[in-house]
Amino acid sequence: MYSLDHHDHGTPPTDGAPVTLTIDGAEVTVPAGTSVMRAAAAAGGAIPKLCATDTLNAFGSCRVCLVEIEGQRGFPASCTTLVAPGMKVKTDSERLQQLRRGVIELYMSDHPEKDAAGERSELRQVAAKLGMSTVTRYGKDGQTHLEACKDESNPYFSFDPSACIVCSRCVRACNEVQGTFALTVEGRGFASRIVASQDDGFKESECVSCGACVESCPTGALTEKSMQAVGQPAEAVKTTCAYCGVGCSFVAEVKDQQVVRMVPDREGGANRGHACVKGRFAYGYATHQDRITKPMIRAKITDPWREVSWDEAFRHAASEFRRIQAKYGRFSVGGITSSRCTNEEAFLVQKLVRAALGTNNVDTCARVCHSPTGYGLKQTLGESAGTQNFDSVTKSDVIMVIGANPTDGHPVFGSRMKRRLREGAKLIVADPREIDLVRSPHIQADYHLQLRPGTNVALINSLAHVVVTEGLVNEKFVAERCEPGPFQRWKDFVSQPKNSPEAMEAVTGVPARHVRQAARLYATGGNGAIYYGLGVTEHSQGSTMVMGIANLAMATGNIGREGVGVNPLRGQNNVQGSCDMGSFPHELAGYRHLSDETTRNLFGAEWGVTIDPEPGLRIPNMLEAAVDGSFKALYIQGEDPAQSDPNTQHVAAGLAAMECVIVQDLFLNESAKYAHIFFPGSSFLEKDGTFTNAERRIQMVRKVMEPLGGLADWEVTVRFAKALGYEMDYTHPSQIMDEIARLTPTFTGVSYAKLDAEGSIQWPCNEKAPLGTPTMHIGEFVRGKGRFFITEYVPTKEKVNAKYPLILTTGRVLSQYNVGAQTRRTPNSQWYDEDRIEIHPHDAEDRGIATGDWVGVSSRAGTTVLRATVTEKVQPGVIYTTFHFPESGANVITTENSDWATNCPEYKVTAVQVMKVQQPSDWQRRHAENDRRQRELLQQARARA
Amino acid sequence: MSTIEHLASMANDISNFFEGEVGPAEAPASIALHLQRYWDPRMRARIIAYAAQGGEQLSASALAAVRTLPPPPIR
Repeated sequence: MYSLDHHDHGTPPTDGAPVTLTIDGAEVTVPAGTSVMRAAAAAGGAIPKLCATDTLNAFGSCRVCLVEIEGQRGFPASCTTLVAPGMKVKTDSERLQQLRRGVIELYMSDHPEKDAAGERSELRQVAAKLGMSTVTRYGKDGQTHLEACKDESNPYFSFDPSACIVCSRCVRACNEVQGTFALTVEGRGFASRIVASQDDGFKESECVSCGACVESCPTGALTEKSMQAVGQPAEAVKTTCAYCGVGCSFVAEVKDQQVVRMVPDREGGANRGHACVKGRFAYGYATHQDRITKPMIRAKITDPWREVSWDEAFRHAASEFRRIQAKYGRFSVGGITSSRCTNEEAFLVQKLVRAALGTNNVDTCARVCHSPTGYGLKQTLGESAGTQNFDSVTKSDVIMVIGANPTDGHPVFGSRMKRRLREGAKLIVADPREIDLVRSPHIQADYHLQLRPGTNVALINSLAHVVVTEGLVNEKFVAERCEPGPFQRWKDFVSQPKNSPEAMEAVTGVPARHVRQAARLYATGGNGAIYYGLGVTEHSQGSTMVMGIANLAMATGNIGREGVGVNPLRGQNNVQGSCDMGSFPHELAGYRHLSDETTRNLFGAEWGVTIDPEPGLRIPNMLEAAVDGSFKALYIQGEDPAQSDPNTQHVAAGLAAMECVIVQDLFLNESAKYAHIFFPGSSFLEKDGTFTNAERRIQMVRKVMEPLGGLADWEVTVRFAKALGYEMDYTHPSQIMDEIARLTPTFTGVSYAKLDAEGSIQWPCNEKAPLGTPTMHIGEFVRGKGRFFITEYVPTKEKVNAKYPLILTTGRVLSQYNVGAQTRRTPNSQWYDEDRIEIHPHDAEDRGIATGDWVGVSSRAGTTVLRATVTEKVQPGVIYTTFHFPESGANVITTENSDWATNCPEYKVTAVQVMKVQQPSDWQRRHAENDRRQRELLQQARARA
Repeated sequence: MSTIEHLASMANDISNFFEGEVGPAEAPASIALHLQRYWDPRMRARIIAYAAQGGEQLSASALAAVRTLPPPPIR
């Protein structure tokens, strides 16, 4: 059913030339291609309907929306009849009422007295409007579906066939919106019914639980179980999802400060009314019993925790940080901002570090995902951000996906991409794995460039080689928009025979002819858009590859308009925002380097301090400095380096070497096991603020419940700063945004008032672009002329050999999210409850490994044990795993190798050996013991309290 | 890998990029600028001290670059 605040228009909008017609005597003007139903809605009316809704193409099956049209015979369905100039429509008459009543009466005769939708059932609403009740002249004595069995298999929603009218809205939502094609109408006539896959039940079927079918159901046959458990919501609050970088806008339907359900906002600029299994359903972690809601302190990490008041926690934290600074120097402390927290919270943490602690030792978890994007795009294009909005994909003709898995990692955008592909756009996938996009219902990649992990730059150079040597460069664009000298040098470089697809085939493993064909397609196929993910950035040449992508886009003129561009798919909800907010140790908000004295003085004057001009330590450097003894205290907000960062044993050694670690989080995460102070964090449901998604879209996060710990995250930082003797005088996050706007040229025009009015804003938002900038670099690059860089391929140091003959690469799955702290505490684990190793049948056979076997995975960094899945999704010589479960220890294996420019870890390439084993690794045994001990210490604190 | 070995390895990675981008002759200046803009002073101090002792694991360009770095402020 629709969200509480939704007024449906029946059919999707169109953008044709204006057409004027008359509906019930009133003139109305709408775009050509609009349905009569939508035109009537635009005129303020509402034609009764059941099978129509404005996110789906008209279907015309229910025969409720009939109208009369002057000069036309019969009673056409208003959903499938398009407007015409001068058309005269009558939406209500005795005859129409009679026809509609006849249809509804048949439906109601086979409908339960009560259903889950209750008064919000569209069927009941239409019946009521027609003056009908559930009792019909046919009675319930004949053959009905009322005894049909419910499907309760899905943890989030149920399907009650007795309430189903087989209108196909669920089937069409699955096909058109989600693109999974999991549902179908089985049987004919009276026997027709909705089934998932081959009648497997929803949970075991191909259904991805996006919930589009549930939302589209007009009768309550498909209903969220939370509706049944909590009851009808009383209010609706618009907010933004806290999972991936798509940044879906949601309407949180709430009852007594409890979320009843999350409904994707149809006006949401990022998601256009769609959602995935995480955003729509997996919010239960926010009230999970594992939440820690009391501040805690302890002297040593082997001591029991002691619950204390907020005041005592802040006093103790400030006293420890000041003691350490007095003993080891001002620069012995630092902080980490979170890409899961709001812009305002990230801004405050870096402000605390720079202003209250007087050091630039601040970094963000974007360090380990998209820092190369910031560096590479700043160098080439002039701005550390993607170039497009998500709508842009609807105008793409050729889509190149490099090192990303949108249907799993960014599922809502993945669905939009699939929709465009079904409309005929071409697809090139460059990925070591056969991701779902390569072949799925009604989708087939034109080229799957299945390269070896670690050879991205070799591949992008060979694509560029084809573009240059076959005369496919957009010379006009390059001449007008790019620096000529660097372009010529780049052209000479990529033209060299060593960069040809034929020469690089031995390196990448990709057949040269496929590279040539893909390059030609991208360069000549119309609007070419590149979407990329962590498979690009998390390499020793991550920044080089980002520059290589920008080079290719500039050379082909695929930048600066809709349908094209360079589009990083950000991992977490606020990766873009945390970077924008000056979280990196070398720059202030708006990506301005500390070496710029004017910028330093601007911030210094606002904050009443002198900003240090020297760059601070990055996260991996902090940990190394801790091991070396020069870094002693760390304030970590909403981040878990002990699980998410590479070479876990090195991270643990760094954390253990510090004298004071503060963790601010929802749960006792892996890093908290090394902490001396715990500040309870607040979920996105418990605070106000903003997130900025992958398309630079700033969106409001609105509080729907009070913080369980009593303070929102931004308030914790304010109070910690005050305890340090540095006053932060904010009473609401809007004031923090006002400060950001004062200090950041790309945010000058941003305010909560404008965000409330506009719904969202894509930065830059300033005098030149008062309502924001959906597409960047139109007419001119941010840096003026685009700058080509030479991208020499340098093989990773992580090489296979006799001891470690396989390459491990990593990724994530649809139902789990990053380190799993949120999704592991929801029923999403029913679909994926352990990290597994994917291994090709050839490699598995060589080692006697079958699906389900325990296998030891060893690298030069460490060993862990996981269960195997034998699959051809990976190529021979490559294995793959996810990192959602701490006990898996995926990062025990990954190494300290990192991107040359940013130190982003090389998660995607680790040389390993795999063998069948019977027991956990030593690390896993130690981890299990430490986990058990730390939970005991937590329980002791709770028991004492 | 010890800290200094790791720092040397990182400097060589930077060197690899700039040797390709601007050529061996101009690479040291670009490498040095990168180190100044992105490396914390204590990291620069360690690599400078290492270079002063010969810096045997540093590439020629990286070594030349590090030798041009001014002494960083003490951390």
